[in-house]
Amino acid sequence: MFGYFTKRLIQIVVVLWAVSVLVFVMMSFTGDPTYMMVPLDATEEQIAQARRLLGLNDSHLVQYGHFLSSLVRGDFGRSFVFRQPAMQLILERLPATLEIVILAMAIALVVAIPLGVYAGASPERASSHAVMAGSLVGISLPGFWLGMVLIYVFAVKLQLVPSSGRGPTQELFGLRVSFLSWEGFRHLILPALTLSVGTLAILIRIIRAEMMEVMKQDYIKFARAKGADRRGVLFKHGLKNALIPLVTVFGLMMGDLIAFATLTETIFAWPGIGKLLVDSIYRGDRPVIVVYLMFVAFMFVVVNFVVDILYAVIDPRIKVK
Amino acid sequence: MKRFAASELFHSFRHNRSAMIGAAIVAMFVVMVSIGPWLVAQDPYDVAQLELMDSFKPPVWLEGGVPQYLLGTDGQGRDVLASIVYGSRISLFIGFTAMLGSCVLGAALGLLAGFYGGKLDSVIMRIADIQLSFPSVLTALFLMSAFGTGADKVLIALISVGWVVYARIVRGSTLRESQKEYVQAARVSGLPNRKIILRHVLPNVLTPLIVVATIQVGTFILIEASLSFLGVGVPITEPSLGLLIKNGFDVLFSGLWWISVFPGLFIMLIVFGINLLGDFLRDELNPRLK
Repeated sequence: MFGYFTKRLIQIVVVLWAVSVLVFVMMSFTGDPTYMMVPLDATEEQIAQARRLLGLNDSHLVQYGHFLSSLVRGDFGRSFVFRQPAMQLILERLPATLEIVILAMAIALVVAIPLGVYAGASPERASSHAVMAGSLVGISLPGFWLGMVLIYVFAVKLQLVPSSGRGPTQELFGLRVSFLSWEGFRHLILPALTLSVGTLAILIRIIRAEMMEVMKQDYIKFARAKGADRRGVLFKHGLKNALIPLVTVFGLMMGDLIAFATLTETIFAWPGIGKLLVDSIYRGDRPVIVVYLMFVAFMFVVVNFVVDILYAVIDPRIKVK
Repeated sequence: MKRFAASELFHSFRHNRSAMIGAAIVAMFVVMVSIGPWLVAQDPYDVAQLELMDSFKPPVWLEGGVPQYLLGTDGQGRDVLASIVYGSRISLFIGFTAMLGSCVLGAALGLLAGFYGGKLDSVIMRIADIQLSFPSVLTALFLMSAFGTGADKVLIALISVGWVVYARIVRGSTLRESQKEYVQAARVSGLPNRKIILRHVLPNVLTPLIVVATIQVGTFILIEASLSFLGVGVPITEPSLGLLIKNGFDVLFSGLWWISVFPGLFIMLIVFGINLLGDFLRDELNPRLK
């Protein structure tokens, strides 16, 4: 177990290092950041001096060295636009993103589990076919477009909920959250719903496939034969075993939610890290883009690490290598 | 063609309703993008043909709609249906070409990794692992932010995220195939590696790619739409369906819903059709499920 831990930790460091190389290479593609830094009426001389100060005259290898050492020291640079440490900008906006991501995940699980179990347990019924067709539509539609349709119907036409922005926030364990008040929740519900649809649709398909596999097993036949009631068989024996493989895709789904949050947040003007990324791309705010990528990469490797450990804990048949 | 018509695959296709629906949707789009531009009355990108007087006309069944513009017009007097026909061309072209590119690149790298093994194998597969740990939309978004807009750049970005899945599948099957007698025999008979790979291994590792390739066209159409919606995809001169949605988003709050809703419906329809076909192929080509 200890060997496995160290191996995985080394792997995490390697992945993060690779991401840092990739980010650095791509960032040197995007052109000269000097012009972002100097005033519009700067003289040639001032520009040259700024370039020297930024270290842009050094070789790429030396520049990468500087970049890496500042990353390791936890110095992620300052935003060109906000003139604030880029990391601080990310951390300020993180709770807003986590809020819609977690609510979206919860909606997806609550809806997908019963539907997936049902469609997997009786796959030939017409209603199961309807569930599957619905989930295929969910996979096929662009999530950001669905968000727009929801805005049009519920915010513009029916005026049930606000069309954009984050409502009032309260402090909870030191984080600013908005789901505690009714007004905040009204702002939260459409973005979370929009974000959840893709994940929800995929989850239904995964759970159904797993359930179909599990329902063929002998222990299900045995449970049925001994006369356990149908719901008990489905949820206690069936679902429990079908959920194990779901743990492995959990990390991937969190990743997708964070990725698609960039679109959802843009549509709903939701002040999270995804909108920050898109805005920073428009403005060429390089340090923020770099920190976003490094931060998200870090989050993904940690989530995947935890998921792998959990997997081994939940399913004792899987020996940790 | 005759052989295909008599084949088992075609037989089960004829008896599978959702596969037929999927094929019909895809066929409809292929017809639309190939002859559509001659059917619609207006070239939406020829400024001379635009009438500003006709801007913001609603669809024909709503009050104020005119039969000339079935699905209404946008702020420049562009026919929404005509824009969709032209936009579908760009979306489908990007989705399909990026799939071909990813398939060729991924299969080539997978063959090399699986056949030669060793350092080459570990380097290629580690890159693949690292990429897989990052959602493709984010990677593509990041690449586009570095490249700038352009259909060619979208293609490069999509291929850079799309090759991984082919490489992994092909590497796996190549490893298995290389152990089999026919490959051993080809080796013993002194055939150069290049020929063994291309003539003997390659044809035997392609089947599993068909399903992935089909579904990937749909995925790529969606990713392209997302990139263009964020303004880092295709430029304004080559508007795909995603860019049409973006243009309509700005006026959505004034109640002008048709400019953005219809292009999205068309994206949903084509991706849905592709996914129906992909599901059918997966069930048919996967011997484990039969």
